[in-house]
Amino acid sequence: MGTFHDDKGELHGITVVVDTTGSRVFIGRCDTMTDAGIVLLDADEHDSTTGTSKEDYVKKAARVGIWKKHDRVALTRDEFTTVKPLGEFTA
Amino acid sequence: MPYDPLLVQPMREELTQIGVQELLTAQDVDSFLGDKAGTAMIVVNSVCGCAAGQARPGVALALQHDHKPEKVGTVFAGQDLEATSKARSLFADYPPSSPSIVLFKDGKVVHFVPRHQIENRDAGSLAAELTAAFDKHCASATSR
Repeated sequence: MGTFHDDKGELHGITVVVDTTGSRVFIGRCDTMTDAGIVLLDADEHDSTTGTSKEDYVKKAARVGIWKKHDRVALTRDEFTTVKPLGEFTA
Repeated sequence: MPYDPLLVQPMREELTQIGVQELLTAQDVDSFLGDKAGTAMIVVNSVCGCAAGQARPGVALALQHDHKPEKVGTVFAGQDLEATSKARSLFADYPPSSPSIVLFKDGKVVHFVPRHQIENRDAGSLAAELTAAFDKHCASATSR
């Protein structure tokens, strides 16, 4: 997976879904993933307490993509539970 | 900041050498899709190795299919800013994504392949998706 930059983790360059321990889920292009955490570029953020569930939000994003809210998002390892390529959610 | 044009040139040529029309300005995009009748495809090219590296050969493979869009154009994201912005305005309901591939029929988007659906996919798999869309939307146009 990914390309070129081995030091940035195997998901470098891939659009990923990052589920957090709370109500938020992030989708963005993985820049770096290490034991310390993950950095996303051109990322969207969704809070499932605002109405749409995490699952429905990801399902829609898998169909058409995301509208970015953040140029860069950094999450520490204890802030998220899973990281998966958005492409894996495409039906 | 745009990449060095010399670096990008081979990525442009992967498409132009197979007959894809390069759209460098907003006016080029207007002219390309000025006549909305029929089918057209726009490839939003990009430098990204994870996705564009498979998008271009996937498009090349798909265009060998019997049924295909009547015209195929390309803009280069991050390089030809005006043309890319104009092209994206034609499918503004979809989030900006590069690379991406958009199929139009009579001026309306009928198939959209965003970047994340290209990442880590091989060219054959992408071509299969595109040719399925061509069969669905371009068959009658090709046989005109």
